[in-house]
Amino acid sequence: MTVTAELTQEQLLRGYRTMRTIREFEERLHIEIANAQIPGFVHLYAGEEAVAAGVCASLADTDWVSSTHRGHGHAIAKGCDVKGMMAEIYGRATGLCKGKGGSMHIADFRVGMLGANGIVGGGPPLVCGVGLASKVRGDGTVGVAFLGDGASNQGTFLESLNLSAIWKLPVVFVVENNGYGEATGQAYHQSVADTAKRADGFGLPGITVDGNDFFAVAEAAAEAIARARDGHGPTLLECKTTRFFGHFEGDTQTYRDLSEVTEARASRDCLVSFRARVTRAGLIDAGVLDAMDAEIRQLIDESVVEALAAPFPDASQLTTDVYIKY
Amino acid sequence: MAERTYIEAITECLRQELRRDQRVFLLGEDIGGFGGAFKATKGLQEEFGPWRVIDMPLSETAILGSATGAALMGLRPVAEMQFADFVSCAYDHLVTVAAKQHFRVGDAIPIVVRLPSGGGFSGGPFHSQNPESTFAHIPGLKVVCPSTPVDAKGLLAAAIADPNPVLFFEHKHLYRSIREEVPEERYTIPLGQARIRRAGDDVTVVTWGAMTWTAAEAAVTLEAEGTSVEIIDLRTLQPWDREAVLTSVRKTSRLLVLHEDTRTAGFGAEIAATVAELAFEQLDAPIRRLAAPDTPVPFSPPLEKAFIPQADDVVRALQDLAAY
Repeated sequence: MTVTAELTQEQLLRGYRTMRTIREFEERLHIEIANAQIPGFVHLYAGEEAVAAGVCASLADTDWVSSTHRGHGHAIAKGCDVKGMMAEIYGRATGLCKGKGGSMHIADFRVGMLGANGIVGGGPPLVCGVGLASKVRGDGTVGVAFLGDGASNQGTFLESLNLSAIWKLPVVFVVENNGYGEATGQAYHQSVADTAKRADGFGLPGITVDGNDFFAVAEAAAEAIARARDGHGPTLLECKTTRFFGHFEGDTQTYRDLSEVTEARASRDCLVSFRARVTRAGLIDAGVLDAMDAEIRQLIDESVVEALAAPFPDASQLTTDVYIKY
Repeated sequence: MAERTYIEAITECLRQELRRDQRVFLLGEDIGGFGGAFKATKGLQEEFGPWRVIDMPLSETAILGSATGAALMGLRPVAEMQFADFVSCAYDHLVTVAAKQHFRVGDAIPIVVRLPSGGGFSGGPFHSQNPESTFAHIPGLKVVCPSTPVDAKGLLAAAIADPNPVLFFEHKHLYRSIREEVPEERYTIPLGQARIRRAGDDVTVVTWGAMTWTAAEAAVTLEAEGTSVEIIDLRTLQPWDREAVLTSVRKTSRLLVLHEDTRTAGFGAEIAATVAELAFEQLDAPIRRLAAPDTPVPFSPPLEKAFIPQADDVVRALQDLAAY
């Protein structure tokens, strides 16, 4: 049975909408950053959309995800308000964190987004906490930690694998293996080709899938999430993917041959393969996807216009949300 | 002499130390071919190879833990935290092992940890902190915060030569914003010696790092108003030059302590308390502290500007002190 038969029309449309929204958001930021109106550092997720969209396709609003410094994709896939995200990245008072956090700290607990995280490897232990709370309460909540291949070398990740395995926590660790820990190649920074193999030593299943293929990710994630929800414990899901942009905007990328990206854009673009597959199979009409593309482009346009028009936070806001003010 | 930026002075020092002492090696995230996040180690792996300029997997614990072990074996590791903030991931190895080793066993741990620190770039709460006070509180660690290219080069050479673990805070704002003539040959500046950045008679400002420049800007305004400001650049926070501070305060009788780190339990409190203990009778005004408020470093530019003490804030504080 093909996976398309297992995904509902609604899930398919949502998956495409998520991927397209992330792509538009990131490609637009790449342009806007050159206009120098966006403060701070930004790490773009373009190229990796199928991972966030495929995993979140099986998550409920009440489930939780932890994210990374490259967090826009996870935030969009989990349902964060796109305009609120854009305003946050522009440092405006209308942003999801009122301008206090920026790109690397976007969070929205109302939709189960624990937050982007400026510390590499910071997410997995948090998600063990989500799993522990779920187990204690018996409410079926699932936690997903997104992390990169670089973060899979942090002790926090390995400690979390152990903890989740011994307690059979309802969690999934999603390693987005884009081949680089910041500027350092995976072949240098770890001695296994498949990060998923690390699961073996901790006693949980480790699965590797093509992270550029929405269907492959969605299928594997659906199984891992169902397993977690049914009380059978954690899964390590490795998704091999490609980062279209540098580690951060402004990265000269001297450490890689940029033909890697050209080739990935030409032959492994998750949006292109998704469209081809669903239209060929007659599952979704190309016109529906075109209309969605136009709608999303307009949403991103509006989010930039509104962010630019929004006020910056007043300096008095600096000492709000803290319990002492000296 | 040759004109160098702050970061060029650091790179030059690292190159000279690597050339002169085979025990010295560098380790950190992306410091090899990439040259580090801020390019402080640019070109060094090319010259010294991958085992003296070592790219580390993403694990601050592994970086400082293995640096500590290698130092115990007689090497001289110089570790880079990509951002000073990330040192919290490796707190245990630094604070529990490296700092206490000499006291408990008799062997010091000669490691240097380079820490790009400070705000002003909208790096947000996890990429902008000045955690020097946290480590100045730990017996066994030395803490250095240079403010100029000349000091950065000489203090880093001294830190590498020092038998103890040294945290070397490099303010990111200074990396490329300041340049000056720097001696080309190797030299050291002893840890624990402050420098009179500007001599004056009416008010003393004690500060370090990027804030020395903010203080210098404010001092020009005060000078025009007829108030002579003396700026003491502490340069090293642990050990710190109490005599230099006390000598200045005994002359001016008025003290402003200024830092970019947050106020409560910041190192300024230690300076203020020491002066109150040892020079109370020479003071003509209450000691004043100017620091960031007790909040995380905010992302949005107007909030960050309100967080980091600005020259205008220093001017007002100095005017108040002078008028007391």
